[in-house]
Amino acid sequence: MSLGAYVVRRLLALIPIALGVTILVFFLIHLVPGDPARTILGNQATAPRVALLRHEWGLDRPLPVQYAKFMGRIVRGDLGSSLFYNTGAGHLALERLPVTLWLIGFGAVLSVLIAVPLATIGATYRDRIPDHLVRVVPLAGLGFPPFWVGIVLLLVFGLHLGRLFPVGGYGSGFFGHLHAMFLPALTVAFAIAPILIRSLRASLLEVLESDYVTTARSKGLPERRVLVNHALRNAIVSTVSVLGVNIGYLVGGTVVVEQVYAIPGVGQLMINAIFQRDFPIVQAVTLIFSVMVVLVYLITDIVHALLDPRVRFD
Amino acid sequence: MAIAAEAVAEATFVEHSRGFRSRWYRTPSFVTGVSILGLIVLAAILAPVIAMHNPTDQDLLHTLAGPSWSHLLGTDDLGRDVWARLVYGARTDLQIAFLAVLFPFAIGTTIGLLSGYYGRWVDTIANWFVNVVVAFPFYVLIIALVFALGSGTRNIYIAITIVGWVSYTRIVRGEVLVAKRRDYVLAARSAGLSDPRILGRHLLPNVITQAIVFACSDIVLDILAIVTLGYLGLGVQRPRPDWGTMIADGQTYLTTHWMLSTIPGIAVVITALGLSLLADGLADLLRPE
Repeated sequence: MSLGAYVVRRLLALIPIALGVTILVFFLIHLVPGDPARTILGNQATAPRVALLRHEWGLDRPLPVQYAKFMGRIVRGDLGSSLFYNTGAGHLALERLPVTLWLIGFGAVLSVLIAVPLATIGATYRDRIPDHLVRVVPLAGLGFPPFWVGIVLLLVFGLHLGRLFPVGGYGSGFFGHLHAMFLPALTVAFAIAPILIRSLRASLLEVLESDYVTTARSKGLPERRVLVNHALRNAIVSTVSVLGVNIGYLVGGTVVVEQVYAIPGVGQLMINAIFQRDFPIVQAVTLIFSVMVVLVYLITDIVHALLDPRVRFD
Repeated sequence: MAIAAEAVAEATFVEHSRGFRSRWYRTPSFVTGVSILGLIVLAAILAPVIAMHNPTDQDLLHTLAGPSWSHLLGTDDLGRDVWARLVYGARTDLQIAFLAVLFPFAIGTTIGLLSGYYGRWVDTIANWFVNVVVAFPFYVLIIALVFALGSGTRNIYIAITIVGWVSYTRIVRGEVLVAKRRDYVLAARSAGLSDPRILGRHLLPNVITQAIVFACSDIVLDILAIVTLGYLGLGVQRPRPDWGTMIADGQTYLTTHWMLSTIPGIAVVITALGLSLLADGLADLLRPE
């Protein structure tokens, strides 16, 4: 199969998933117990106001009609309007998206920077003390609640140790962002690094036993070059795809971390919207996040197919 | 023939458990994991005995006190005993986490078993559901679901089940695809055993070990989710003690009383470590030699 055909096939496979995602997001409102309009507006709301909202959201129509209307709006890029800010929910979320993308990207880079050296140490000292120490990291690391790690980092680096980093906010300019977002990104990285370390170590061990590494060694290449030029280059490809597969966990982590560090991103918008019972925003953010995850899956698959042609013949 | 087929399946199962019985104490991660978890579960069960204070009793004359003989870990901003809240929090969070893992485990395993065994349209539909759920970031979907359903324990179970079953389905489906080509299943089939019997008596015992191992690490994820929901104010409702709300309440006093937020977090980390070690040891033990 050519790469083009592979991409087309992957895109076609996305259609039913996209449909399913919109159905789930649509049904969120029907999970609200009782009358959603009444629950969302609260007990103080007058009956006409509730009836108006019910009509506005089409809750008085049959389900298929409601879904068709919902889809019609989404296709036109209209994700509903916020009950609180009186503007488009999609607009509000997209406005804050760059901040969250910064956090995700920075966190992903830091997680690779943490995982690669540790996994390399583990694989080269297989079954010796350094390896045992490295293997403890994923075991213990996955149990750290990301928001709590954020609080502890804040405590240590933000409040003590010379107040190296700001305790919240987003900063301005490239280096401002880099400085202000370091602790939040580190928190996000800590959450995902254990998974990366585990898989990178495993794939490094596999590569180190392969024929071409043996060949490289028998040619008399120094071990350092074998490791960096031959083994690591191959293992990193698989690490990046593991990162892609776990993007959902990474993205979900940012929601909570933004709350800890008061970063004005999409996650914070979602949490605030929850306390204001601003349903359209919660729906819009959930939809945007899942679109993001699906796109990353797609990109990961395509990059993987580019780098490893065997994937296309699967 | 049918009996012979049953015997093969029986033998593989017995082999596992015999290996398990003679080797469990020689697997350090398993022993450590069981010990850590055992201590925490014991503390949770004995909470009324070892807490010494009521976790919700306020003492507004002794707020934010440091550790002392009467309050081992001090008191919080409402003068409640931190140690008492910690052990009662263990009770709350462990109970919810252990129960929450059961539903996704049962539902996911069943769907995985059916989709792997029958294939075709059953598999197509199951896969579609799996892919749709996986398209959502874990925390985002859980938070959105709990928001829609309303906070409270019952809705935490529902949200975790909707998000959590997919992993079990993926694992069990993969195992079934391999197992159904093995001799014992082919033998059972050609002997004319009914599908429910093959699924329940022969396939299930052989594929469930992987699901059990995963369940141990899945509880870790559930505890994190419960604590995170508590922290965000969407999970366990005050005044019921929960580690997540304890961390959130302590955050206000981070500059002056850093212990209030740190201690419940350490409890989460230690519990999770116990479960991870247990899962790691189980995986080692249940791996057929």
